[in-house]
Formats: sequence, structure tokens, C-alpha cells
Amino acid sequence: MMHLDFSILIDAAPYLLKGLFLTLQITLVGFLGGIFFGSLLAIARLSTNRVYSTLASVYVTVMRSLPLILVLFWVFFLAPWLLGWVKGAGRPIPVGAHMTAFITFVLFEAAFFAEIVRAGLRSVSVGQYSAADALGLSKRQTYVYVIFPQAIRNVLPILLTQTIILFQDSSLVYVISATDLLGAASKIAQRDNRLIEMYIAVGLIYFVLSFTASRLVKHLQSRLAYGRARP
Amino acid sequence: MSLLFETAPDGIHTYFDWLLQGLGWTLSLGFSAWILALTIGTLAGAARTLKTGFWAKTAQFYVEIFRNVPLLVQMFLWFFVVPELVPEALGRAIKSMPPPWASFFPALLCLSLYTGARLAEQVRAGIEALARGQSQASAALGFETGGTYRYILLPQAFRIIIPTLTNEFMTIFKNTSVALTIGLIELTATAQAISENTFRTFEAFGVVTLIYLTIALIAWRTMRGIERALRLPGGSGDEARA
Repeated sequence: MMHLDFSILIDAAPYLLKGLFLTLQITLVGFLGGIFFGSLLAIARLSTNRVYSTLASVYVTVMRSLPLILVLFWVFFLAPWLLGWVKGAGRPIPVGAHMTAFITFVLFEAAFFAEIVRAGLRSVSVGQYSAADALGLSKRQTYVYVIFPQAIRNVLPILLTQTIILFQDSSLVYVISATDLLGAASKIAQRDNRLIEMYIAVGLIYFVLSFTASRLVKHLQSRLAYGRARP
Repeated sequence: MSLLFETAPDGIHTYFDWLLQGLGWTLSLGFSAWILALTIGTLAGAARTLKTGFWAKTAQFYVEIFRNVPLLVQMFLWFFVVPELVPEALGRAIKSMPPPWASFFPALLCLSLYTGARLAEQVRAGIEALARGQSQASAALGFETGGTYRYILLPQAFRIIIPTLTNEFMTIFKNTSVALTIGLIELTATAQAISENTFRTFEAFGVVTLIYLTIALIAWRTMRGIERALRLPGGSGDEARA
């Protein structure tokens, strides 16, 4: 058993905080982008247009079948080529680890949020669509003002739980050498040969944040259930 | 796809052999972790539904810890930290294991306990979804706690949670890829290795992507088959789907 010295954390704190900031950025971008594109995918999946619904369901199925690490590698490899092609440069343009992480998480989470939003949309009764129709709302207005607010409210706890998973999964950007919370800890751990202290500390930080967040979600869940109590 | 049959730099194997080997590690890690996770998850999930006592608390503690730390961080803890914290002789024994096993065993332990915690929550939800009359009737028939769980509650609970179990079963094979960070050359790491050796990244990742899609499809079909085979006519499994 070796001697543990956690005083290294004091020196490491600013660097770890910077890493945590990237972790939170990835979570936020993944959440917002995931909800936006996930909602579009959900609408497409429920669409009566066979082309849209098939494309959306193939996308969702494929994304959900692949490991996140593999998707990270794909984006890391393909994004520079695509950017080069879009800009007509004729050669790949470097994209950088942060951008790769943002793109990957939006693409990946969209598939997971799509399934949740779809469940939410199906929980809204058909009468709501008919009523919006009867009021003369356009299709876009129906979704934005009538259906989505109810659908999202119904699945809000599941959306937030998925976001906690997203927060934890963001640590996988380690494989493309991005400096998120884990990346920062791992770099210091290897530089100062303090693997044990750094990994325990990082485990604790993740635990405290995830645990607190999941408690808040549970609280919110009971509040929402209360609001929907018997008429 | 000619890439597959080219000889790898080791001079003996083709890249196809490499992929088979990677697939072998992915599948063996996934399956063995699944069996362990199912055992742990069932015990912990059942323990969490006990009203009071030491085991309910222990199970809750286990689930909260293992669900709230990222899988990759847990991998590092098992691989880098645990061998240093256990008694020195054991630590040395762990560190001197030959290459694939030195990564495989920590990864197996890690993935089992991580997935076990998630399964425990589902098993608990399944048991809690049953009518309370089930355990009362079982007590009236003279079953003790162990028998009640074994013969009455768990068989019904499992039928209810098969859809979420399907999800976890597919997830465990995806999660095996995290073991590449501690040096296990499973499928994704194999794709990386081939791409580094040949610079034919598109083909290497393409093949591996297809393999993962196939694994997911087979896993899903298997679970659907099990679900259908276990369905009770008019039983609680049917109600759960309604």
C-alpha cells in the first residue's frame, strides 16, 4: 500500500476546473442539440411520409447500436474531410478535439432524445391535435404551442436522466485526447505520477455531481406527479 | 474490402484474423459480464425491495455509487487504483498477469458491477410493479422470504422488465469498447489498429460498424425470442405490454 497525498489537488484545481468546464459545455451542447434534432427525428418518425419515417428510424437504430467511442472515432476521421469538401479545399481541414466532441454528442444524443420525445408525443391525446386543427392552427403552430409543451412535460424526468448519462458519457472524449474533467485529471496524473489520488478525486467529483443531479430529478418527478394528481 | 485478406504486419495473420480476434474479445467480455451483472443485479434489486435492514441499505449504497460514476472512470479505478490499494502481494499478482488478462479481468469486474447496478434498479422496478397481494398470498401459502422471491416475485418481475433488459443486453456489448482504454484489443481497438497500419480508416471502421450492427440485431432478436418463449397466456407479462 503506498502513501496517498491529496495535497496535489490544490495545485491541480484550476486545471481540473477548466476540464470540468469543457465537460459541462459538452453536456449543454449535447443536451440542446440533442433535443432539437431529436425532436425533428421524432416528428419524422411519426410522419405519414414513408421516406421521412424510414430515414429517421434507420438513423436512430444505427446510432443506438454503435458504441459512442466508435462514433467519436468516425467523426474525428470524417469531419475534417467533410469540412474540406464543403469549403471546396480539396483536402481535409483539421477540426479539433472540442469541435469533434460537440458534433459527436449532438449526433449521438439526438438518436436517444428522439426516442424519448417520441414517447412524449405519443402520450399526448389525439384530441389535442384535432382541437388545434379546429382552432385553425398551422401544423408548425400545433407542434410548437400545443403538442410539444405537453409532450416535453410528460417525459421531462426521462430527458433529464438521459442528460445525466450524457454528462457521464462525456468522459469518453478522453479517447480523442480532449481535456475534459477526466482528460485533465489523467494528464496531471501521468505528469506527476499521481494516478491514484487523481482518479479517486475525479471519481468523487463525478459522483457528487451526478448524485445531486439525480436527486433533483427525483424531486422534480414527484412534483410533476403531484401536479397531475386526480382531477 | 480487399483489405480484409491482406497480411497484417505480424506476417502470419490477415486483417480478417485480427477482426475475428477482436470480435472474440468483445463477445467474451460482453457475455461473461452479462452473466455476472444479471446475478449481481438480481440480488441487489431484490435486496432493495426488502423493507428494512442491512441488505437493503447495502444494496442501495452499491447502486448509488456505481450508477453515478462514469464507466470510463470506473475502468481506470479498477485498472490503475485498485491494485495499489489492495495488500501488496495481491497487487503484485494482479499486475503480473499476462497481457490480455491484465486488461480483461479488471474490465470484466468493472463492466459487471456497473451493469449490475443498472439492472438492480430495473429488477426493483419490476418487483415494485407487482400487486402487493402477490407477496401477501405467498406468505399466506407459507413461503419464506427467499421462496417468495425465488418462486413468486422474480419470475413475474423478470417477464415485466424484459424490454428494458433487452436494452441493457445490447448496451453491454457497446460498453465493452470502453475496455480499449485499459489496453484490451477488442473490436473498436482492432479497427483503430488496422487503420493505423494501413491508413484505410474508412474500410476498417466500416467493417467494424457493420459487425456492431449485426451484434445489436442478434442481441435484439435473441431477447425477443426469449420474451416470446416465456410469455404466460393472460399473465403479468401480457399486462405489462398493454
